[in-house]
Amino acid sequence: MPVKVHLDQVGMAFTTPAGTFRAVAPMNLSIESGRFVSLVGPSGCGKSTLFNIIAGLLQPTEGRVLIDGEDATGTIGRVGYMLQKDLLLPWRTVLDNVILGMEIQGKPLKEARERALPLLHKYGLAGFEYLYPNSLSGGMRQRAALLRTLLFDTDVILLDEPFGALDAQTKLQMQEWLMQLWSDFKKTVVFVTHDVEEAIYLSDEIHVMGTRPGRVLETIPITLARPRARTTALTPEFIAIKERCMNLLATPALDKAA
Amino acid sequence: MTVQDTRHVAGMTDIDSAPSAPATPTGKPVRRLPVQKDWPLWAIVTTQIGILVGIVGLWEIGARTGVVDGFFWSQPSAIARTFVIFFTEGDAWTDISFTFRSTILGFIIGTTTGSLFGLSFWWSRNYAAIAQPYVICFESMPKLALAPLIILVFGLGLTSKVAIAIALTFVISTLTAYAGVKAIDPDGEKLFYSLGASRWQVFRKLVAPACLPWIISVLRVNIGLALTGAIVGEFISSQHGLGRTIFYAGSTYEISLVWVAVFVLSTLAIIMYAAVSWLESVLRKGTGQ
Repeated sequence: MPVKVHLDQVGMAFTTPAGTFRAVAPMNLSIESGRFVSLVGPSGCGKSTLFNIIAGLLQPTEGRVLIDGEDATGTIGRVGYMLQKDLLLPWRTVLDNVILGMEIQGKPLKEARERALPLLHKYGLAGFEYLYPNSLSGGMRQRAALLRTLLFDTDVILLDEPFGALDAQTKLQMQEWLMQLWSDFKKTVVFVTHDVEEAIYLSDEIHVMGTRPGRVLETIPITLARPRARTTALTPEFIAIKERCMNLLATPALDKAA
Repeated sequence: MTVQDTRHVAGMTDIDSAPSAPATPTGKPVRRLPVQKDWPLWAIVTTQIGILVGIVGLWEIGARTGVVDGFFWSQPSAIARTFVIFFTEGDAWTDISFTFRSTILGFIIGTTTGSLFGLSFWWSRNYAAIAQPYVICFESMPKLALAPLIILVFGLGLTSKVAIAIALTFVISTLTAYAGVKAIDPDGEKLFYSLGASRWQVFRKLVAPACLPWIISVLRVNIGLALTGAIVGEFISSQHGLGRTIFYAGSTYEISLVWVAVFVLSTLAIIMYAAVSWLESVLRKGTGQ
């Protein structure tokens, strides 16, 4: 499959009064088109920094971001980016929140609403279209935020711990819902999470990251057959991958070891 | 507190709680949630009217019997007579409309320009940093001290009253709108930029609506300030207005007319306050909160 996003020696260092702080060591990373790829790692491993760089919100200190082979370093609006918080605008209805991306791209409001309505119905937000976000539950708000990201027509979407704040039950539902969306929309998804099990269940490939400096320790392909049942988590193959990930996550930071 | 004191206090507590609240085996007094019974609305309103009638009645009796000096304090019956004369023979409506117009104009112009100035600080951090000391300086200055100067510059007419009302409302609107700007979640801006938004789009679709509740919250304060500004302007020098009527009546010892003008002014203030509260609720509906 063609490479959709390629990080070419991308690194990030911040200059602080105490000296240079390296957030991300120069790294190469290729993400193939239509794949579901997860980045797993402890806090401070530079996951969010990487996302900001890919989304063009942060200029890397070195390297280039290539999207479809084109240099997209520092350009915004090329990928859909869902931050940890849902960031729904409280003065807009759910429908008008969901069309925000299309609206900013200059699509006529009427057309954007017509496009969004059937999707809201299909993906579990029927009856909520004209409500304000403050009357929605956490899970519903995340759904709206995800649909907003999807309806911003880009091939790549970045999801930064979208289910981190949800309770365990809702989280499982949302994972299945996300799988349905992904197979319907055929987008390239880059997913950040702390939750190893979540990453294995959802992904085609996991990049396990380490801290100080942020770097990819190992890339683990997940070949479990799709669609995956919940019970997949009980198979020896799944457990073996999980064990491998957990061992990697216990790797000490470089500067500490040195 | 000494040991002796502590023992003394503890002893007192025991005696106090002993008859009404028998101590439990753990030694803690039994205490029930205090219950307050709400009166029906008619009882509350009747009491309120009763108090008003009582005060007015006592005032009148006091003035007639000489307990209250009628020269300084006037008396309700005289005030009522002056009230009728003020509205039938005096230029009540000219004065009311003069004060009303200067207040409303000052309120609208001061709040709008002040808020826009505050919002404009979002546009550039450098510009905000440069402007800030001036804004704070103007904020801490007692604006009413400038009133005589404003009257000299803008003349005796409506303009000078509007200008004083603007001076009072402008800075607070600026500071409130700027506080709204500072409270915007940076992640919100990040979301907009990740969607490829321009600065103008972020301003129009995120900054302005996010600051609207802040600006709404300043409306009620501003209507009071604008009225104060207009009245002070009329005190200093004016040909019309309720403030001028009060000032004029006071200097000619027409105390009943002072009371009439104060009463009319309060009514005007209540009406404007109610109108602003209504405006506030209408605007809030649009913000989904």
